[in-house]
Amino acid sequence: MGVYQRRKFVDGVMRSWCILATLFAVIPLFSLLAYVLLKGVGGLNWSFFIELPKPVGELGGGIGNALLGSFVLLAIASIFGIPVGVFAGVYLSEFGANPFGKLVRFCADVMSGVPSILIGIFVYTLVVLPMRSPSAFAGGIALGILMLPTIIRTTEELIKLVPNSLREAGLALGMAKWRVILRVVLPAGMSGIATGVMLAIARAFGETAPLLFTAGSYPFWSVHLNKRISSLPVQIYEYAGSPYEEWHQQAWAAALVLVVMVLILNLAAKLLTSSRSHAR
Amino acid sequence: MHQTRINHSKEVPKLELGEHHGKGGRNFGDGVFKWMSAVFAASAVFLLAAMVIQMTRASALSIQRFGFGFLVERDWNPVQEIFGAFPFVFGTVVSSVIALLLVIPIALGVAIFLSELAPGWLTKPLSLLVELLAAIPSIVYGLWGMFVLAPWLLKTVYPILTQTLGFLPLFQGVPQGNGRGMLAAGIVLAIMILPTVASVSRDVMASVPKGYREGVLALGATRWETIRVAVLPNVVSGIVGAIVLGFGRALGETMAVTMLIGNRAEISASLFAPAATIASMIANDYSGASDELYLSVLAELGLVLFAVTLILNIASKLLVWRVGRIPGAERSL
Repeated sequence: MGVYQRRKFVDGVMRSWCILATLFAVIPLFSLLAYVLLKGVGGLNWSFFIELPKPVGELGGGIGNALLGSFVLLAIASIFGIPVGVFAGVYLSEFGANPFGKLVRFCADVMSGVPSILIGIFVYTLVVLPMRSPSAFAGGIALGILMLPTIIRTTEELIKLVPNSLREAGLALGMAKWRVILRVVLPAGMSGIATGVMLAIARAFGETAPLLFTAGSYPFWSVHLNKRISSLPVQIYEYAGSPYEEWHQQAWAAALVLVVMVLILNLAAKLLTSSRSHAR
Repeated sequence: MHQTRINHSKEVPKLELGEHHGKGGRNFGDGVFKWMSAVFAASAVFLLAAMVIQMTRASALSIQRFGFGFLVERDWNPVQEIFGAFPFVFGTVVSSVIALLLVIPIALGVAIFLSELAPGWLTKPLSLLVELLAAIPSIVYGLWGMFVLAPWLLKTVYPILTQTLGFLPLFQGVPQGNGRGMLAAGIVLAIMILPTVASVSRDVMASVPKGYREGVLALGATRWETIRVAVLPNVVSGIVGAIVLGFGRALGETMAVTMLIGNRAEISASLFAPAATIASMIANDYSGASDELYLSVLAELGLVLFAVTLILNIASKLLVWRVGRIPGAERSL
């Protein structure tokens, strides 16, 4: 084989490796989505969304309480996670060109890499032990901490994209800087903030590990802050670990609901940012 | 990746206006606003510090009693207060190493394909697919792993491995009836960290200036030679950074591993055998353990995991940053 053929051959081999690797990489995704859809769709009906779980052996029953629980937990998480995260992001974007800003950025990045189960331990020692029981409040705090780094960093990066001329125009009209930020920069960057919030909620929605011992689970309707509460992912975990076929079916259906919601949030966030970059 | 990476080519120059408003007056409002948002920003620093302090306090009892030596002791029997955590350290490291070995060739192939080879119309949908893979919650991977992957491994893959590579102790022994074990956990971990490793590697490759490639292509090189000569040498540290980041993710991944590894505090040469990781142990036992010493031991294991993932994350960040400094790099990373 001449040198040219050899070079061509090596080129072909390496190219096909890349193509095969890519095909190989998307197989699990398709398999997972297909199974979740096929196995889950059979369990979906109206009562699945609004009823309480039924004991083993009885047909039907739903995940209404877990769904409600997830929303309660996310609401608690959002109440403190969104304002703190958004204002931290605004600080980084508007005033953050200093060592303190660097430190905050660094800490936010590190936090996003901390295994989520450890946030569970943290909140357990901080909230659950003093309250003596897992609670919706503790679970919400855990999810809020998880959401923070995503909101901080996305808000910062997307607020930075607001054209400087807008800030200058506001200042030239004699507005104080804080009013420019609140009345001009934030509204202009609203889609960026929404992106960060949606990504963070999507992430928190599917988190299971930190909820295991902060929120626990509870097989009845509950919106009490100081009581245990079910959530969609923890419910899936419990059903999946059970030995009963009916509960596995419920787990698949709940997984379908979870995946659909998470994917919608992610795609919506994606659309928002892409329409934003076109507008620039 | 859980976050979108948004790169901007130009840093917006910051105008420091507002100083000329005179003392008091509107500057006062600016000061209040700046400090308020600074307090919110400080919460990230505060929370991280609080985590370190709380975790250390929670594990104080265990640190006093056992120090860190129990990490290499093999016997684990909480009922008799024998805490040797080596089986969990072993399980954590081995399952993550399996994941890395499986994921490196595939993720690099994906990254090269996405940044160098794929035609324009294919790049976007493929990148989107990879991002979706990252967005799917761990619990769903666990469910799929339990009921689809593990049975398939048991029926198809394990017999093949035993027949072809059965002379290695790695592939000997009888798998559990449900297919769960070290190898199953490693494979699902590989699937889960693939998007992280692939998308960070793709980003560092894409930051290499076009001119580098054009120069080599113009000399008559093939596409692969161009990648090998112009792209890869410039981004080695970034790719290593991506792999380190994936390793950190794998070490701390909890739900899918807990559902697939079999959860037994044993050390076995066979990859078919059940095992346990630090994270799976905490997930299983932390709330159930009412004994204070046991809780403290689990917290100390968590602290060790925390320290290791922290170091890996920082190392990966530094490695990826180095790529941003090549002359004429296209994007800030």
